[in-house]
Amino acid sequence: MPSVASKQYPDDVSLLVLLLDTNPFFWSTTSITFSQFLSHVLAFLNAVLGLNQLNQVVVIATGYSSCEYIYDSSLTSNHGSFERDRTGMPPLFASLLNKLEDFVTKDEELSREEGNEDRTPSCLLSGSLSMALCYIQRVFRSGHLHPQPRILCLQGSPDGPEQYVAVMNSIFSAQRLMVPIDSCYIGVQNSAFLQQASYITGGVHHTPKQLDGLFQYLTTIFATDLHSRGFVQLPKPIGVDFRASCFCHKKTIDMGYICSVCLSIFCEHHKKCSTCGSVFGQSKLDESSSVSDKKKKASQT
Amino acid sequence: MAGGQVEKRVKYKSSVKDPGTSGFLRIKEAMLLFVPDDPKSDSKLKVQTQNIKSQKYTKEGSQKPAWLNLTNKQGRSHIFEFGNYPDMHACRDFITKALAKCEEEPNKPAVPASTEQLSIRELELRFKLLKENSELQRLHKQFVESKVLTEDEFWATRKKLLGKDSIRKSKQQLGLKSMMVSGIKPSTDGRTNRVTFNLTPEIIFQSQVVIYWVRNPLIGVQVASCALTYRAPCETIFAEKPAVRQAFISYVPSKMTEKDFWTKYFRAEYLYSTKNTAVAAAEAAEDEELAVFLKPDEILARETRQKIRRVDPTLDMEADEGDDYTHLMDHGIQRDGTRDVVEPQNEQFKRSLLQDLNRHAAVVLEGRSIDVDSEDTRIVAEALTRVKQVSKADGETGKDANQERLERMSRVAGMEDLQAPQNFPLAPLSIKDPRDYFESQQGNVLNAPRGTKGLKRNVHEAFGLLKESIVEIRARGLSDPLIKPEVSFEVFSSLTRTISTAKNIIGKNPRESFLDRLPKSTKDEVLHHWTSIQELLRHFWSSYPITTTYLHTKVGKLKDAMSNTYSKLEAMKESVQSDLRHQISLLVRPMQQALDAAFQHYEADLQRRTAKSSGGERPNGYV
Repeated sequence: MPSVASKQYPDDVSLLVLLLDTNPFFWSTTSITFSQFLSHVLAFLNAVLGLNQLNQVVVIATGYSSCEYIYDSSLTSNHGSFERDRTGMPPLFASLLNKLEDFVTKDEELSREEGNEDRTPSCLLSGSLSMALCYIQRVFRSGHLHPQPRILCLQGSPDGPEQYVAVMNSIFSAQRLMVPIDSCYIGVQNSAFLQQASYITGGVHHTPKQLDGLFQYLTTIFATDLHSRGFVQLPKPIGVDFRASCFCHKKTIDMGYICSVCLSIFCEHHKKCSTCGSVFGQSKLDESSSVSDKKKKASQT
Repeated sequence: MAGGQVEKRVKYKSSVKDPGTSGFLRIKEAMLLFVPDDPKSDSKLKVQTQNIKSQKYTKEGSQKPAWLNLTNKQGRSHIFEFGNYPDMHACRDFITKALAKCEEEPNKPAVPASTEQLSIRELELRFKLLKENSELQRLHKQFVESKVLTEDEFWATRKKLLGKDSIRKSKQQLGLKSMMVSGIKPSTDGRTNRVTFNLTPEIIFQSQVVIYWVRNPLIGVQVASCALTYRAPCETIFAEKPAVRQAFISYVPSKMTEKDFWTKYFRAEYLYSTKNTAVAAAEAAEDEELAVFLKPDEILARETRQKIRRVDPTLDMEADEGDDYTHLMDHGIQRDGTRDVVEPQNEQFKRSLLQDLNRHAAVVLEGRSIDVDSEDTRIVAEALTRVKQVSKADGETGKDANQERLERMSRVAGMEDLQAPQNFPLAPLSIKDPRDYFESQQGNVLNAPRGTKGLKRNVHEAFGLLKESIVEIRARGLSDPLIKPEVSFEVFSSLTRTISTAKNIIGKNPRESFLDRLPKSTKDEVLHHWTSIQELLRHFWSSYPITTTYLHTKVGKLKDAMSNTYSKLEAMKESVQSDLRHQISLLVRPMQQALDAAFQHYEADLQRRTAKSSGGERPNGYV
């Protein structure tokens, strides 16, 4: 029996958790339409499932205000009938599209309720990363035989600095679990979060230049399972943007103040650390300036 | 700073519990004067600033009132209670500045004095470290000899290196051999009745004791003469048998020679080894000195009794003389393995193997207690006696100490559930609401205005677009062909290019770094620049904020050295071969960026200082 089991789980079985960016504010501004993008992605998913009989794919939609599991290939309800329905879509993804549409409707309602206009139009990356890690943790606890999980983040929206702490926490959890986070960034600016995520967890980060060749990029770079990555050379970025964002204003900063108790980063001097509550002493620079002010006042009176 | 003084209303307390006399505190540069309100009270205080050794103050966030505690060089402390915290801070700053000023002048002559005070040992350590570590030597030559850094500063950050070395230097103590002296069996030469003890060199330093026996019809054997050829004494024997040591000190050289002493000793050993207690008793009766060796060791017995008395009853309530395994008889296994029944009057002339073993083991575990390495038996014996006396004096417990010990034992052995319930004043739990953390994260984000006011209008539009796309793809199915072959080819070629250029930059072997491909001299230069920049930057950043002129000059010197290094880096970049130039500049860039940041900070700080001093003069026309 053990020999059969090992045959059933060769070392290149993978569980791919795909985080799909469905931020409408991004998709309304790009050159590639969402439908074209979806067709590339769906073909890619098909290819991954075709690489190995035991591969699994999970899709999580990253919306503007919420995230949800849209597709899980291991659920039997997804192994639908083989006949094409009249709409022309292979039945494998019919349920995916249905769920996606429902999700978008729900997300719209939530976004309207939220009404926070001042937020950058970013997607909820921290939410979907957390959901992905929860799913993977469940797979780990299901027993000895499980595929090797990895996360692929397909994103175009810019980074939301208010999510910095949450995203960093997820990245470190993924590092602990030894789950690589690959990232494919199709947006305009550079995403520091994704670069850091891939660097820290040992995944691959790439920014495709030609969006109509997205399928080619996906199958060449991101379809390789973890075992084969030892033999295959994948493109590596030259440098990583490691700048942190401050905890008070969420600005990206190079130099700042750090609480010596909990290592939280601030861009300006505070009296109290907002994370751990420790009181800071007065900095010497402020002291000398305040004393000279006092002296000025004293000598004026 | 000229003519500066601070005046505040305070309460002066001589100790923490003192309620405090209210009065007026006037702090000038040179001294501090406290005048109480009540002219009749006599707590007027005048303290020279030079005498103030240190100051402590209560923290602002705590509930305590604003106290400033000054300790002077004699150890007395003065506590001043201020009405509010800003007052206290003002006074504290003033005193700090005054102290800094006082320190600066004596500091300058003190600096060379402190280097003289360095022990020779430390200097030796430093030389050794420099010799061993060529990189350190290079840094040292570059900075200390060009007077950029002083010796003290250079070694201040390397205390760990110096400390470790000194630990390594301490000698490891050698222990004693665990072979037993008395385990040596003599060899008997049947013909001439000669019994030879051969003793090993380490313990008894090549002593060889040859004892001649002559048959005595009465008791069988008897010592006739002894030829001793030995050179040195037996440390182990003296350590194991304090009675022998005592006897040695008292008998030699007054009553007998050393030779005779050892002869008798080994005779006694021989008698022990035979189980003939009758003989032993007889000989002991005849020869007084021999009897000393044959009797059980009194000194040891005394020591053991004391030790047993000191056993903590929480460990062993029943410790008594039965636990004295080193001195009392055990259950009777003799040295040569037989069991024997002894007559009661001769019991003292027996000694069992276990006794010997235990005693020897105890001595070996204690280790060498003296460092005397002499050949003269007497010196060794005396040294051992001295050590034992010292330890005995330390261990001797007077009545008070005994009492204290008993009290402590009763405290330790207390049973908690038999004691009365103690109602300690409980401090209330303060569990912070975790939402505070998350809200503080969001809080300031809302304050920053963004130019996305039009977002709300677009929500419906954007989502509408998205939904349309989904409907479209469902209707259309996957596009066919999914991807055009030209596009595909382009993608492949660009990826290949990316990967191969990365390989050129990073190297075929991911473990091989670019540095290894440089010529050796360039590589060394780059690495050396890196370490020197680290050193300079470490000293530079630690000198900020600048409070004394010493730091000011230090920063100036460091800045000059850094500009020097910067220009050297530039020169290196230009001098290197053209195909490596790009990579070298990539390597050198972070170093230059670090130096740039330091220069920026320096300039900004300088500007701020000049602005402050010039700005301070304008409204303050008294300067």
